[in-house]
Amino acid sequence: MSNRGINDMDNAIFRRPDIMPDRATHFCPGCGHGITQRLIGEVLDDLRLRDKAICVGSIGCTVTSYLYYDVDGTEAPHGRAPAVATAIKRCHPDLHPFAIQGDGDLASIGMAEIVHAAARGENITIIFANNANYGMTGGQLAPTTLVGMYTSSTIAGRKEDRHGFPIRVSEMLATLDGPAYISRVSLHNPANVRKARKAIEIAFRAPLEGLGMGFVEVLSMCPINWKVEPVNAPQWIVDNMIPQYPLGEFKCKPEVEELKKAVRG
Amino acid sequence: MSERTLMGGNIAIAEGAILAGCGAYFGYPITPQNDLLEHMSVRLPAMGRVFLQTESELAAINMVYGAAATGVRCMTSTSSPGFSLQQEGISYMAGAEVPCVVANIMRAGPGLGNIGGAQGDYMQCTRGGGHGDYYLITLAPASVQEMMDLTMLAFELADKYRNPTLVMADGFLGQSVESIVMREPVKSLPPKDWAIDGARGRDRRLINSFEMNPIDHPKRIRLLLEKYERMRLEEVRYEGMLLDDAEIVIVAYGSAARAAMTAMNRARKNNFKVGLLRPITVFPFPSQVLSDLAEKGSKFIVAEMSSGQMLEDVRISVGNQNEIKLVNTYGGVPLTPDMIFEAIDLMS
Ligand SMILES: Cc1ncc(C[n+]2csc(CCOP(=O)(O)OP(=O)(O)O)c2C)c(N)n1
Ligand code: SF4
Repeated sequence: MSNRGINDMDNAIFRRPDIMPDRATHFCPGCGHGITQRLIGEVLDDLRLRDKAICVGSIGCTVTSYLYYDVDGTEAPHGRAPAVATAIKRCHPDLHPFAIQGDGDLASIGMAEIVHAAARGENITIIFANNANYGMTGGQLAPTTLVGMYTSSTIAGRKEDRHGFPIRVSEMLATLDGPAYISRVSLHNPANVRKARKAIEIAFRAPLEGLGMGFVEVLSMCPINWKVEPVNAPQWIVDNMIPQYPLGEFKCKPEVEELKKAVRG
Repeated sequence: MSERTLMGGNIAIAEGAILAGCGAYFGYPITPQNDLLEHMSVRLPAMGRVFLQTESELAAINMVYGAAATGVRCMTSTSSPGFSLQQEGISYMAGAEVPCVVANIMRAGPGLGNIGGAQGDYMQCTRGGGHGDYYLITLAPASVQEMMDLTMLAFELADKYRNPTLVMADGFLGQSVESIVMREPVKSLPPKDWAIDGARGRDRRLINSFEMNPIDHPKRIRLLLEKYERMRLEEVRYEGMLLDDAEIVIVAYGSAARAAMTAMNRARKNNFKVGLLRPITVFPFPSQVLSDLAEKGSKFIVAEMSSGQMLEDVRISVGNQNEIKLVNTYGGVPLTPDMIFEAIDLMS
């Protein structure tokens, strides 16, 4: 059944992906997660993954990511989505588990699971939404919080001597031989959203071909906890996040370079 | 014809799981159950099934969650510290109604304790163990044969109730070698019309425990509570020995029950009227049979390798009218028949 609803006009040039049911998300205005979810929805449609995809919810503001796709879904404890996804894939190689994980979920409590799933070369897709704070619990210090950045648990700003330094997860994972594809993208303008879409598609295609984990780090707006207006949040990424988290590909197996030729955009 | 074979306790759990159709095992090394993991590392891949040594017990239990959600019969095994780490994952599975088997080959705690066998995780196993309102059927084998048989039963009960099921044994039993009768492999596994195995030609399915609104969540818990009540009514299992004329009833499970049997037999030779009540399920606990025995005026000896954790369940079942004596060891020390016999002698 088509769920295009009111978008389904003859000359519509932009519509909700078929795989995404017609329902409101629970994200704050200006949140990046909605864009990321949509981009994944487009890829699920394009790669015709309705029958194969398993959406593994993780703990954070993307906890109910499974509500926004018409595919089978489950929900991992905080940080454990790569373990849950690993087992799904190992037991059912024909399925394709994917997860959207926040930076607290992936880079703090779940660091072991992501590193080992990557090192084992699990054929799963992980989208890492980096918004430099713990969104869901009210904006505390995350492992990715920038030096000097104010959070609800560093009210005088992150200090190197007390809180240490932010972790560049993509660069770290790129030292491993297991992953097929690792890249960092940003949602701060339409051109970069298009690049993000492309990276996400590659991160689905590579494990589908059995080449190893596809991993995309998405620099993502969290205006409410950054205490900036939603319209100014994209510029906040440019000014503050990209200097610490440079965009680009950190790992791309030669076979993935071949795959890329099939990816539009 | 069933053949007899010599087998170790932990290996019997592994082989029981294989016979029960266990399609995937995830585990992390910890003494005294390493032989179980090692055995699985050879046996499962050779049968085309999944084995994965994980980065931690946390990863192991969450892999069990993922595998079980797809409908595969699967398990992990661990020992006490690892079992503590797994509580969150088990709670998620209970909440999401995902069946699996977890074998806890208990060692002495608290903390690192030591690798000697113990029964100090009784409370953790019989009270849910993790956060929230849930219970797990907990099977307590007392022989290598039962390590196999109860593991097979655990898979069946897990599927029947869509709930994690525990096999709770102690390190001494895990390391015991005994002659057992091999069982037949389970022929057909139950269909799982709830599993997430790809939404091919059907509506999508969801396996989760999250219920944002406070109207629906209590409803979900109520359904779980009804399920645990059914377990209490239908799944109590125990072995009673020489109870008919018993003036003293020993209550013991696992290795402690083996020591208790020896003590009971010696006592009978000395004309003491002693019987044994051996819980096979410690959750649900055989409370009714104990309260019936209490009504007949029996005295009780609770023999266990913990500070007296099962003692609390016996007290709840028996009440205040009957004498109850605890004979126990802890810290990785086996319970001996002598200790129990001495208690019988004093009580008679
Ligand atoms: C074991 C456990 N610890 C803590 C929490 C509380 N908690 C929920 S979400 C969250 C952090 C989420 O932050 P992040 O992963 O950065 O995702 P975001 O919300 O920013 O998208 C925490 C700590 C939990 N649910 N479980
Ligand atoms: S708190 Fe931040 S990450 Fe969470 S929904 Fe709101 S904007 Fe998005």
